[in-house]
Parts: sequence; structure tokens; C-alpha cells
Amino acid sequence: MELQQFPSSHEISVAIPAQEKPNKPLRIRHKSVQFEDPFTSEDDPRLICINDPRRTNDKYEFTGNEIRTSKYTVITFLPKNLFIQFHRLAYLYFLAIAALNQLPPLAVFGRTVSLFPLLFVLFVTAIKDGYEDWRRHRSDRKENNREALVMQSGEFRTKKWKSICAGEVVKIHSDEMIPCDIVLLGTSDPNGIAYIQTMNLDGESNLKTRYARQETTSMACEEGTFSGLIKCEQPNRNIYEFTATMEFNGQRIPLGQSNIILRGCQLKNTDWVIGVVVYAGQETKAMMNSTASPSKRSKLESYMNRETLWLSVFLFVMCAVVATGMGLWLKSHMHQLDTLPYYRRKFFTRGRDNGKDYKFYDIPMEIFFSFLSSVIIFQIMIPISLYITMELVRLGQSYFMIEDRRMYDSSSDSRFQCRSLNINEDLGQIRYVFSDKTGTLTENKMEFQRASVYGKDYGNPLNVISHSLCQTNTQEALGGQRSKLKSEMNVDPELVALLHRDLVEDERIAAHEFFLTLAACNTVIPMTSRCSSPGSANEVHEVEAIDYQGESPDEQALVTAASAYGYTLVERTTGHIVIDVNGEKIRLDVLGLHEFDSVRKRMSVVIRFPNNSVKVLVKGADSSMLSILDIKSDSRFVNSLAAKIRHATENHLSNYSSQGLRTLVIASRDLNDAQFREWQEKYEEASTSITERSAKLRQAAALVECNLNLLGATAIEDKLQDGVPEAIEALRQAGMKVWVLTGDKQETAISIGLSCRLLTQSMNQIIINGTSEDECRRLLIDAKAKYGIKSADSRNGIMKLKTSSACEFLNIPKSRTRTSLIPDNGPQNLNYAGAATDISEFCGEKGLGLIDNSLALIIDGNSLVYILEKDLESELFDLATSCAVVLCCRVAPLQKAGIVDLIKSGTNDMTLAIGDGANDVSMIQMADVGVGISGQEGRQAVMASDFAMGQFRFLKRLLLVHGHWNYQRVGYLVLYNFYRNAVFVLMLFWYILYTAFSATSALTDWSSVFYSVIYTSVPTIVVGILDKDLGHKTLLHYPKLYEAGHRQESYNMKLFWITMLDTLWQSLVLFYVPFFIYRNSSVDIWSMGSLWTIAVVVLVNAHLAMDIQRWVLITHVAVWGSILITFMCMVIIDSIPLFPNFWTIYNLATTITYWLSILLITILALLPRFLYKVIHQIYWPSDIQIAREAEILRKLPKQLGLTPDDDVS
Amino acid sequence: MNTTGVPAPGSDGATDGSAPRRNSKKPKYSRFTQQELPACKPLLTPGIVIATFAIIGIVFIPIGLISLSASKNVVEVVDRYDADCIPDQLYDDKLSFIRSSETNKTCTRKLVVPKYMKSPIHVYYQLDNFYQNHRRYVKSRSDKQLQTTASEHETKLCEPEGTTADGSAIVPCGLIAWSLFNDTYTFSVNKKATPVNKKNIAWQSDKKHKFGSNVYPKNFQNGALIGGAKLNASIPLSEQEDLIVWMRTAALPTFRKLYGRIEVDIAANEEITVVIENNYNTYSFGGTKKLVLSTATWIGGKNNFLGLAYLTIGGLCLFLALGFITLYFFKPRTLGDPSYLSWNRNPSGSPN
Repeated sequence: MELQQFPSSHEISVAIPAQEKPNKPLRIRHKSVQFEDPFTSEDDPRLICINDPRRTNDKYEFTGNEIRTSKYTVITFLPKNLFIQFHRLAYLYFLAIAALNQLPPLAVFGRTVSLFPLLFVLFVTAIKDGYEDWRRHRSDRKENNREALVMQSGEFRTKKWKSICAGEVVKIHSDEMIPCDIVLLGTSDPNGIAYIQTMNLDGESNLKTRYARQETTSMACEEGTFSGLIKCEQPNRNIYEFTATMEFNGQRIPLGQSNIILRGCQLKNTDWVIGVVVYAGQETKAMMNSTASPSKRSKLESYMNRETLWLSVFLFVMCAVVATGMGLWLKSHMHQLDTLPYYRRKFFTRGRDNGKDYKFYDIPMEIFFSFLSSVIIFQIMIPISLYITMELVRLGQSYFMIEDRRMYDSSSDSRFQCRSLNINEDLGQIRYVFSDKTGTLTENKMEFQRASVYGKDYGNPLNVISHSLCQTNTQEALGGQRSKLKSEMNVDPELVALLHRDLVEDERIAAHEFFLTLAACNTVIPMTSRCSSPGSANEVHEVEAIDYQGESPDEQALVTAASAYGYTLVERTTGHIVIDVNGEKIRLDVLGLHEFDSVRKRMSVVIRFPNNSVKVLVKGADSSMLSILDIKSDSRFVNSLAAKIRHATENHLSNYSSQGLRTLVIASRDLNDAQFREWQEKYEEASTSITERSAKLRQAAALVECNLNLLGATAIEDKLQDGVPEAIEALRQAGMKVWVLTGDKQETAISIGLSCRLLTQSMNQIIINGTSEDECRRLLIDAKAKYGIKSADSRNGIMKLKTSSACEFLNIPKSRTRTSLIPDNGPQNLNYAGAATDISEFCGEKGLGLIDNSLALIIDGNSLVYILEKDLESELFDLATSCAVVLCCRVAPLQKAGIVDLIKSGTNDMTLAIGDGANDVSMIQMADVGVGISGQEGRQAVMASDFAMGQFRFLKRLLLVHGHWNYQRVGYLVLYNFYRNAVFVLMLFWYILYTAFSATSALTDWSSVFYSVIYTSVPTIVVGILDKDLGHKTLLHYPKLYEAGHRQESYNMKLFWITMLDTLWQSLVLFYVPFFIYRNSSVDIWSMGSLWTIAVVVLVNAHLAMDIQRWVLITHVAVWGSILITFMCMVIIDSIPLFPNFWTIYNLATTITYWLSILLITILALLPRFLYKVIHQIYWPSDIQIAREAEILRKLPKQLGLTPDDDVS
Repeated sequence: MNTTGVPAPGSDGATDGSAPRRNSKKPKYSRFTQQELPACKPLLTPGIVIATFAIIGIVFIPIGLISLSASKNVVEVVDRYDADCIPDQLYDDKLSFIRSSETNKTCTRKLVVPKYMKSPIHVYYQLDNFYQNHRRYVKSRSDKQLQTTASEHETKLCEPEGTTADGSAIVPCGLIAWSLFNDTYTFSVNKKATPVNKKNIAWQSDKKHKFGSNVYPKNFQNGALIGGAKLNASIPLSEQEDLIVWMRTAALPTFRKLYGRIEVDIAANEEITVVIENNYNTYSFGGTKKLVLSTATWIGGKNNFLGLAYLTIGGLCLFLALGFITLYFFKPRTLGDPSYLSWNRNPSGSPN
């Protein structure tokens, strides 16, 4: 969550509507947004009568509080599970084939045999589903049978969770779970505050405050007299928003997000709360949110489907050939059919059947049946089992990714997680990486680094000493102050010294107010806990440790800093705060608080000091603060001083932000009585209004947030995560484009970009920050013209940049006053093409652009509003795809998704989005691959992601190593499976041509069925999981090897056709070698079938063995074991006297010809493939091949083993 | 983790830095889970390529030579008689000739043995254009019925040759049995009658387990249309070896079936007189009939294909081995030279 400087839980609910109102046709809204269910209380409000569940539930059918996450019951399991299973096309295909086979004229296989594969698959899946559901049942039961205190006939009695219903009043004690969504009526705190932990909901571990309305707290005290009516919106899944009103004693009280606590949260640090149930069971927000994220399909799989279509064409052609052949044969033999010894159409018995046809319909019908029976025989041409194989393979691959110790994050104790099992191979083909900044590239652990107070810069790293030393001093100075911070930080002794002076000078007063603001102007809650710590003289004494719980890490950092400098926030309630200033406790009344929002970009508190003076303390982003500072001060002297301070502060600010620090401006203002009263009136009105509350509050804030006295500025460091620059460097070398989408402001974004080596100084920065559509258009066009970027019609691939070092580059100044380089360029009709050609001709002579001169595009959220909304998308696309780096700052969550969508729809390239916060959810869901960082900001991103990990740097390993492996493996797996099934089917096909097109199979039914299920399936799975072309060190050393995935080297049309040609050759060898060997012999059909079965199994396994790149024991067992198992199955099948093929293998195996045939088939069939492989490797070695040779022959550079980030765990 | 590539499990925790927590989710180290199992990584080095081709050549050529010589040693006499065994006057009406029960179907053929034939000499009949592998035909049998008397009525698959008009089962039922071959051959070498041993022409396994010793032919060839041979109803199926041979349906439309064995040697240029009872009707569908006398070696019958194929492939592989030797000699490529990597060869490639 980095949208603004003060992220808060309200941020999303505020930010989105703000962005959305002006640009409603934003394209992605329909797909990825889940936070925008509109409030429909006007249309159809939900009415809850407090403590009157009967009346509440009379009118409406509210659900009870029983939850059911399980899908089945014992009775519905079978039909429902089958129904769900048959949603998969593969199973329907199986079913259709099996059903066809049951028809008497088509019974190609034995009836039970044909059902075997389907039943097997169904059975396995059903067992798996059943087990999962049983576990869900168990956890549901546990959940439903928890107990809670519910108001029943005037007193609180325990009741099981499942029987709680809407309208009831419940009481929850500390550390208990919340059973349903309840509106707070009262708490143990007289001010109605309750603290909750929302870990289960969004994963944020800090405490959040919720309030009971003052009006209702009294009601909670005198138990038993609850009444009132709540009108609230219909259940929705937006956990950040709640809008309702309560009618109580004739008053209308507005209720909002801060008055509701949701199911799944836990009550903390509050003795008890009393609340009324508004949503129960499935209608709670937690349950509404528990739907799985939409499943994605891998790109390779969609290509695979294209090739499957080709296979279907082959299947159709083969069946058509058989059917036509059958028709022609029947026609030419029509006159003989009655008596033909091997056909015998007619009965010649003397009974009632005499002269009738036996199983013969007219020729068209026979052709039709012949077609269908060929479909049954050739069914495995469509490799349905491939889908199941792929699932197993991906499961295995995921296992290895999860188990990878190099992707384990010890700081958060989190492993890599695979949440989606469908897109492993996509990881090997990523072209665009969209990254969030805060929490993803950076740690989101804010550290107060510098401060500018009254125009003076403090905290310069040179004169900072360790806090631990300093604190002892401070403590001693303060006479044994007993509060201690849980975290330690460095302080600037100069500033400490300043703070210990008397409160007389302006500078001292400014510093005092500065730190008061830091301590007061926030929403942080101090949590005190007692703990013992060793004192200085080895004695253990009790100290009160303060832990600050806040929703924004920035605020926590500021409060912690204030505390380190002696301004410790020790208590906060709605009405007042207590600040410990160097040992002296000051109680300040909080008269009003304007929370941070994305429009104002600042926050303020109105505070009454003990001496009754009223002050506004404000902090905010520099852009929004500098404009509301007091500039028309009447005193000339003060004015010039103020101007000086202001100037110095501004210098400091730009200095800070160039170092990648997050800056805030601190200011204050005294309010006189009139101003205060005006504001108070407005504020009261606004905070009780139901409609447009936020707008009215904003107006109230505007009254006081003006003419401020500048106190200073703060700089907080957002630390880069370990290994981020290296990871980004590697990704870029691997041909990926890394885009950073951040909510930070432009300068911060650029500085972070520089520090993580995304940007280099020599890059040419194109900055787009227009404030109108025309301006954006002009900027885009100028940039395009300047760098000679063609408006390419074909949007695939990267355009070559026609830039050179000789060109003078456009570098739009960072200030807001830009001078256009081509002033005449209006938004309309420009001849870009001409300009572009000129430049390219001029620049082109010196050759293509080098890496150092590549372009970097920096664009801000405002411009994106205009660009994404209007028809400028294509311009942006052209420009952005030509740039090596794109930085988007100040972007809203939906814009992030919009940018991903822009690339996704414009190119065929794979996109990956990585982020950690709730604001990245839409982007993560939009991208082809979504990666969540399980970091500071909760689990929203992780829940929506396909893969989750602890650190950004693991992305390098995930993509370059696992992605590469998975892509290679799955690519080969698919091609091999096509081959494996096609070679078998073609072999059957050639035979059918020699059986008068009668669809006979020489193989036994069982062998046909077992072929893809038992004989050949295990090696493919094992190879798909375990085979590796290159070691991880090589892959990390040469990131460019990743481009094999971009070039689709493992799976493409050409490879498919080569494989199919190879398949054709191999099938011909398979069929004709035994054919010629046994042509003039007394061989029977079963012996031939047996030979073919063994030959094809040996052949496909030898084929696989030839392609395996890494033999481990398991591979050996799988490949050779499969052949062995085939022999064993053949022996078993041939040992049953009831089968016509009885004893075949025993007789065959004693002849030498049999073994010679198998050897001949295997060698002859694989010869062309081997030759192709050898020649290809000699003359056209791929990068992978060379790297592999180097790796095996140990020719890699020495330093390879020592690459720094290789083994950082 | 260490950096040498062969991680030592013991040193792992120490170098980690993170204190071992009790419930740490850190994956346990094993060579399997880290995909570091000792592995053999085959690489097509020039040596291996040349060796592979050379070995194939060296192995295949001798096998080819041996097979070819074995095939050459087989003496085979083939005589097609289906056309010649029809009297000239009936030549245009073969069907009525073969169907009539009055015509004399005895036919005498004289064969000259080109080379010395060592016993046992296998006597085969060969049929052409007879689709014993037709799906209707292959399925038209009841293995249960052949095995036990109890399953006599399992004739469902045998239609239209399953039951007689009154519904009683035909044993053995089905088209295969019905169309049993019924030409007979009587041999005499140099006017001396030479017996044909018709014992043990079928697989022992079939005789013992598939064809019941207490199952006797019943209602066989009683229908309006006689398909072929009749069976002696007093001999159990397990003894009816001609039937057993016939019921091992052939794989291809041209097939041979063992008729019997002559257990005397026949010298070269000796004349064999065969008296053929030409009963079997192949005329209706244009099939041909041949009589085959053949000696046997380990390779089976006369079959040059196997030897030739082995020789060809062996030769080809030797040639390829030589080819690759010259290739590597004249135009070698250093294996694993990073300068061959695409981005090193073409540094001006697109800058990404």
C-alpha cells in the first residue's frame, strides 16, 4: 500500500471513487475490481432491529450464522461430484467415447475395458475431492460449534455460533474471535473504543481501532434495554467499507467502517464489547471474500489447444479414410458379402432368421458406424490424458519450488507458495514485470532518517550516534524514566541538545511543535506492556515498554522518532492524547481529526492545549502543503525569515527525495476563537451527515488547513530489500522489461529507480506529467518524434530504437514549468512519420542504440487518467514498449491494472505483476502471472496471487531457474505426449488399411487401454518433474538463457510439425518392419499385436531416454521400469486362457526374430531423430546447448560459484 | 547456504545465520528436494556420436550377415494350385465346380525340389486375399465355449453361425470355425508315399488350456451353407489340431498355416507328387491358394528382409560414423565455448 504517504485503511475506499468519478469508462473495471460494490441502501436497505432477532428475521430471509465451506454432503457427494467433474472437457470426451463403445454396432473394445480409464480417473479425483471436503466439514463443524455470549431473555448466555442470527446482541470478551459482523454498541472503554486484530481477514498484524457511537455506549451499560433500528447496505465483500444509519431514541446516527467489527477478527486489549449482529454466516464480509481467485490458463496450454485442433484434424482424416475405404470395399464386394467366409452377412439357418442380415445396415450406415468405431480406436490421438499428466507434473514442479531453500525467507519464516497450479510454465516466458514499489522493492519498514527543523538539517549520517547510548543518557537526565521503546533508532545529538534548551527561542518552539505534531498528528495507538529488561548496572528492573500499533508504517516511524527525541505518545483515546515530553506528561484534548485522504494528501488534528489555546497540527505531502503555507505574514522581518526557512526547507526536501527518502512537511497554526467556532460547527455537521460525509469533512478541513506556519520536514527512509538491484539487473539482462508502478511521487520514484539500478544516469528520461488531455498528447507525440518511435501497426515484439549517442536527447525538466521543444505541435494532425524518419536517418548512421542510451519513461497517474481514458492508449503503448524502463508514479490501484491490461491486450507477451498490498490486487489478478509478496501489508495480495514469496529477490530465481525449467519441461512434455499417442494411433491406422478397413486392432483391448495409462505414463511424469537442461548456477550466471522462453524454443509450431513428421516416420517403421518380417509366415494376429505393443513401448521409452538431459535414479527406474512393467502386463494378460491371445508372449519370446525385430524397429525409428539432433547441435547449437556443454565440461568461469546473490537465503 | 555447489547438509544451519526456530517452515535440506541428486548428464560429444554410430554399425552388420545367410539356407517350394486344379471345361464356372459335391476335386501336382531339403520339412498352405483379420471374423468366436462344455450356449458373438435353426448351439461356433480350411495334401517322393505328420502342429498351450478335452463338435457344418471342413464329432476339440491352427487367426490377409511336417529329407531335384483334394472355396472372393514346403532355421521361414535391413542400417551407421569423423576433423566446434552464445556472437542485437 503505497498510494500515498499516509496509507490507512480508508485509503482504498477513498482513493478509488476519487479516481473513478472523472474516468468512468476505464476499461478494466468490470474484470478486476472487487472493491466497488455500490452502496444500495437507498434501493434496498437491510433493516436490523437491535435485540429483536425475531422481528429482524421475520421480514427478510437472512442467513443464520452457520457457515458451510464444504461442497458436498454424504448424499449429494456422488451426483454433485460427478456433475462437477464432468465440467471438464476431457472427461466428457472420455464419457462420449465410452458411451459410443457401448453401442452394439460399435463395440470395438470390450465394454468394461472401455470404461476403465474413465472410471479410474473419476475415482481418483473423487477420492481427492472427498478427502478435501471431509476436512472442510471438520473445520466447519469446529467453527460452527464455538460458543459466544448472546443476549437471551434479558441476560447474556452462551450460544453456539451456528444459531446466532441477525439482530441479536452479542458480547465478546478480550482475545475472543468475532462470530459475525457486528455493529458496536458499547465497549468496556468509556469512550467506546475497541481494538481488534484483523490478521485472519487481511493479515495485518497491527491493531485497529473501532468505535462504538457515543450515543449507544450508555445503552450498553444498562444491560437489557437494547433497542433501535439499523438500516444498512446489502451484504457485500468490501471489507473496507460499511455504510449504515441507526435510528435510536428518535435520533439518526450515522454508522461507518469504524463502527463495525467483522467476523474472523479478534478482540484485543479491550475487556469486552457489545454489538448487534448485522451480517451472519455466509453473508459476512469475511465469507463473501473467501471465493477463490479466478483461475488462469497458461499460454503454453492455449497453444497446446491449437495443436490439439490439428490433431483432431488428423483424427478426422484418418477416420474418414477408414470410413471411405470401408464404403468402397463394401461396394466392390457387395455381391459376395452374403457368403464371404470372413464377412457372412446373412443367416443361413432354416429358422426364423433365415436370410436375414446379421449386423448389416445399408452402406451409408456402415460407413457411418465405421467412422465412429475408428474414432473409438483412434481416441487417444487427442491426448486427453495429457491434461491429467500436466496437472500431476505441475504438482510435482510446485513441490520443488516450495521446497526450494533458496526461496525461503527467514525474516518472515515463509516459504514460497504456489497458489495456482495451472501456470508454472508461464514463469519461463515472462516479458514484462510490473512491480509495486513499497513493500515489494522496498521493505516497507520505515526509518526516520533526517529532519529539517526551522530551516536546519538534522540527522546527517555523519553526526548521528547510536540511540542506545543516547537513551541511557536521556533516561538518566530525565530521572529514571521508565518507558522504553521496543525498537531502537539513531538520534542526532545536536537536535537532542536543541530540545533540552528552554522553550524561548523561535527555533526551540518550532522544534517543540514539530515533535508535538509528530507525536500527535497520527492515528497510532500506543500499547503498553510491562517487561523486564536488564538495566545499566546489571540489575533487572521493570520498565513499561511501548509498542506503537498503527495502520501506516510511516506514522509508526514518525511517532517512534518523536519518542526517541523525548516526545513519547503514551495514551490515545478519541477525546484526548497524553504525550510524555521529557518526563512531563501533557494532556491534549483532540477536538477534531481530519484523516488522510488522497485528495488533500495531508492530515491534521485540532488540539486544545492545557492552557486552552487551540492549534492545528498538520503534516502532509510537500506538493499539497507548500501551497497552503502562510505567505502574507504582515511582519517584514518575520516574512523574510519565513521565506528563508521555507527556501531552506524546500532545498532539504528536494535533497531528501533525491536520496530516495519519503518526505513530509510539518506545519501548524494557531486558531483564534472565531476560527475555531466556525470550524467546529462545520466539523460537527459534517461528521454526523449521512450523505457526502467525506466531501463535507474536506470542506471543514479546508477551513483550518490554510495559512500554516512551516515547522519543518521529515525524511523517512524506505529501505530497499536485499538483493533488489541485482534481481532487477538480472531480470533486465534476461530480456524482461521491468516496470515499476508506484503510488509515490515522481522524485521519490525516480530516486528509488536509481537506487535499485532500474534507471541509470545515462538513460534518457522521458517524463510525461500532463495535466490535460492535450498536454499529454503533445508530450507523447513529442517524445515519440524525438526518439523516432514509429507508430507500429504490428504491436508484437520490441521496436528497435533508432537512437544513438550523437542525438541530443529530450530531457524535460522536472519542474512543473515545462517548455515544449516543439511549441507548434498541437494535439491534432501532425506528421510524426516525417519527423521520425529524419531523426532516424540522422541518428541511424551511427548504428543502433546501445544499452546505456536506452529510454526511460516516467509517467504519472494524472497523465494516465487522460491517456488510458482517451484514445491515447496506442501512443502510450508505442512509447512504453520502446522504452527499456517505465516508471509510473502516483498511480491508483485500478490504473495499475489498466497498464497491465494495456500491455496484455497490445502484445502477446506474458506479463507478471508483483506486489504486496491490497492496492496491487487488481494488477495481480489482471496479469498473466500474479506474484504476491507476503510482507508487511497483509495477505490481500497473497490471496489474489498465483505465487507468493517472502522477498522480491526470489523473483530472479523463480523466473530464471524454476520458470526456465518448468517451461522446458512442460514444453517437452506436451510435444512428447503428442508424439507418444500419435505414433500409437498411426501404427493402428496402418494396420487397419490391411484389414479391409474393418477397424480391427491387433493389440488386445487391455493393451490398448493400458498403453497411455500404465505402459508409458510414469516416465513422462517423472521427466516432466525432474528433468533439467541446465543447473541453476548456469542459469543465474547467464540470465540471457531465459530468452529461450521468449523465443518459444521449447514449444512452437515448427517443433510440432517436426515432431509430427518424426511420428509419421516412426509409426511407419513400427508397422512395416514387422509387416515385412512376418509377411510370409504363419504368424497370428495376437503375436503381431504383442510384438507391436512391446515395440511401441520400447520405442517411445527409448525416444524419451534419448531426450532426457539428466538421469537420476528415479528416471532410470521410471523408464526401464515401464518397459519391464509392460512385459509383465503382457505376460499376465497372455496367461489367461479365456483370451484368444493366450500364451502368445511365451511363444514369441523364444524366437530370435522377435528380439531382432524390436531392436531393428527401435534403432531404425530413432535414427533420423538422432541424426537431426546431432547435426543441429553441431551446426546450429542453441544457447542452452552451449551453456550445457560448458556446464558439463566445467568450462564455466571460475567466479560462477561465487555470484553474490546465488546462495543468499 | 554454501557457495560451492555441493552443499554439505551439516554446515547449512550454521551458515544460515537465522537461529533455528522450533516451528520454522524452512524446507528441510535434502538433495532430492533441492534437485541436486547425483545425476548423469549425457552430452552428445563428437566422441559419443561417432562411437554410437560405429557401435550400431559394428553390431548390425554381423547380425545382418548371419540373418541373411540363415535366410538363404532356407529351401522353400511354393506352388499355387487354385487355378490349375480346376478342370479346363469348368474353368469359367469355378464356383459351381467348387460348390458341387459331385465333381472330382482331386488334383495332382508335381514339384521339383531345387536344393537338398533337410527334415523336418514344414508343409504350409497359403491363402491370399483372405481377411482373417477382418473385425467381424476375428470376433466371431466363443473362447468360453471352446474351453468347457458348461459354456456351450455362449454363442452370442458367434452369429450368424451361433445356433442351428432350432436354437441349439453349434460347437465350435462362429465364422472362424465354420470356414475351416479343408484341402488335403498327400505326398509321395519319387513315387514313394511320404507321410505327413499332423501331430503337434498347434501350440501346446492352446491344446491344453484353450480347447477343452471334453468338448466335442456338435451341430457343426449342419447349416444350409457349408463353410469348410467338417469335424469328427467323436474327437474332442483339443485333438482337432487343424482347427486349433486355423483358429489362431492370421495377422495379414496373406497368410500361411502349418499343415504338417514331412519328416524325411528330400534330395535336390527330386520330384514330389502332391495329390490335392481341392475342396476349399476361395474362388468366390478371388483368393488364391498355395502349397508351401519349407525347411526351417532359427530365423523362421525364408525372409531376406531382416538381414538386408540390418545390413543396410549397419552400413549406413558406419558411413555416418566416418562422415562425422571427417566433419569433426575439418570443421570442429569447441564445445561449450561461451563465445558461441548468441548474445556474444551478435553484440549489436537489440538492447533490452
